[in-house]
Amino acid sequence: MSPSDPKPRPAPVLDSDSEEFWKATTEGRFVLQRCQDCDRFQYYPRARCAHCLGPVEWVEASGRGTVYSFTVIHQNFSRAFRHLIPYVVALVDLEEGPRLMTNVVGCEPGEVSIGASVHVRFEPVSDEAALPMFELDQP
Amino acid sequence: MIAGVATSDYPELPELTEHGVHAQAAERALADAGLALSDVDGYATAGNHPMYAATMCEYLGISPRWLDETHTGGSSFEVLVEHASRAIEAGACEVVLITYGSIQLSAMGRKLGTGGRAMPGGPAQYDNLWGNTLVGNYALAAHRHMHQFGTTPEQLAEVAVAMRHHAGSNPSAQYRDPITVDDVVGSRLIAEPLHMLDCCVISDGGAACVVTTEERAQDLRQRPIHVLGAGHAMTHAMSISQMDDLTVTAGAQSGPRAFAAAGIGPADVDTLQTYDSFTITVGLSLEDLGFCGKGEGGAFVEGGTLRHDGALPTNTDGGGLSACHPGMRGMFLIVEAVRQLRGEAGETQVDGAEIAVAHGVGGMLSTGATVVFGTEPR
Repeated sequence: MSPSDPKPRPAPVLDSDSEEFWKATTEGRFVLQRCQDCDRFQYYPRARCAHCLGPVEWVEASGRGTVYSFTVIHQNFSRAFRHLIPYVVALVDLEEGPRLMTNVVGCEPGEVSIGASVHVRFEPVSDEAALPMFELDQP
Repeated sequence: MIAGVATSDYPELPELTEHGVHAQAAERALADAGLALSDVDGYATAGNHPMYAATMCEYLGISPRWLDETHTGGSSFEVLVEHASRAIEAGACEVVLITYGSIQLSAMGRKLGTGGRAMPGGPAQYDNLWGNTLVGNYALAAHRHMHQFGTTPEQLAEVAVAMRHHAGSNPSAQYRDPITVDDVVGSRLIAEPLHMLDCCVISDGGAACVVTTEERAQDLRQRPIHVLGAGHAMTHAMSISQMDDLTVTAGAQSGPRAFAAAGIGPADVDTLQTYDSFTITVGLSLEDLGFCGKGEGGAFVEGGTLRHDGALPTNTDGGGLSACHPGMRGMFLIVEAVRQLRGEAGETQVDGAEIAVAHGVGGMLSTGATVVFGTEPR
């Protein structure tokens, strides 16, 4: 392997907070934690609710949201990413409330805009996990 | 009271270790104050290793009775000055040495070719799996600010142009040749909408200061500078996805706290030394500290406002955008604020400066810490 060959994308390190989340992604399901006390959703996964420290449960989520902000990456020396340049890194506000970091894929970077409606799709990165990424509803 | 300040040499120190940079800055700050190492009974620093303060004390050969290594990223040294001032007020110690050192630039050269960073477990992974970069975080904030308030790349570029203007008067500055707005927006994109010249430099360097009691400061070598007020805050850590509003930083909390403690308002500030990791970092901080309204930062910086002869002389040493950015620049802000109030800032001296503010920003716009300095007591 030469020093310029691409490397596989990094995969998440599963732990007791995140296991359920990543397991669902391998089945093509997007799940979120909801607090059993205050009913609010959260992302990323945690042992307790980040609003009130109440107990949390996993629920199926819509996988839909809007782009809060995005950037087009033109420089990244990581061999896992530099062959993808230029690519879109975005913050998506999910219908359920939480915001997540992701990529908007399946379109040219120039087609992405703040406020655009997006939906989830998954890209496997290991036997244990697929990364949630988002596509424009109307490319 | 600040009794002594110094920077190490910068921006490139291939002959020094990280610890050696601390030592050079420490020796100079103590000499500036007219104090000896044996006078030091408190020590504070921030670095990226466990037990860093104790390690540095061992290296410097001191055994202080008060230690602090609070790490809030780039704002750490503003927090440490706040903590040191409170410790001195409480009688925990009398002479606190605070040092910073980094050989980020030289070390980077040696590390090239080792490949991408290992993926951490825990919370940070939820922002790191999608190929975001450090610059990308700030680009997300800049893009949102542009979307919400109509801020333009040309307006952000004004920040870089002003810092470079000041760097022209600083013989140590990493980049000194003047630049224009066109140069900035014409430089290559790193993470849209941020260009190369919207980003800070990568340097080696360090800095130090000595904090002491009012009584002790009276007999020392330099005119003492008062710490009039300080405050700090945080909104998130390394995951910018957890920041509620990317256009409002922790500075919106730390600034008003520091100003209230000092009994001043933004209009009283003669010079601002603020964290300039990226041009957007300055734009957001100007708004959050109250120098202009939310969303008005772009218009505020137009027309040379931040130049030493402008309405709000800012980063008069050339800042992290042009002079020196070794990773956590907060101590440099304190040094330059104190030099301005002593009248030692050379060609970029602000005439009659009586109030100076140092504002640090750490992490991914995550933490903010503000210190108000004055030539006279509260």
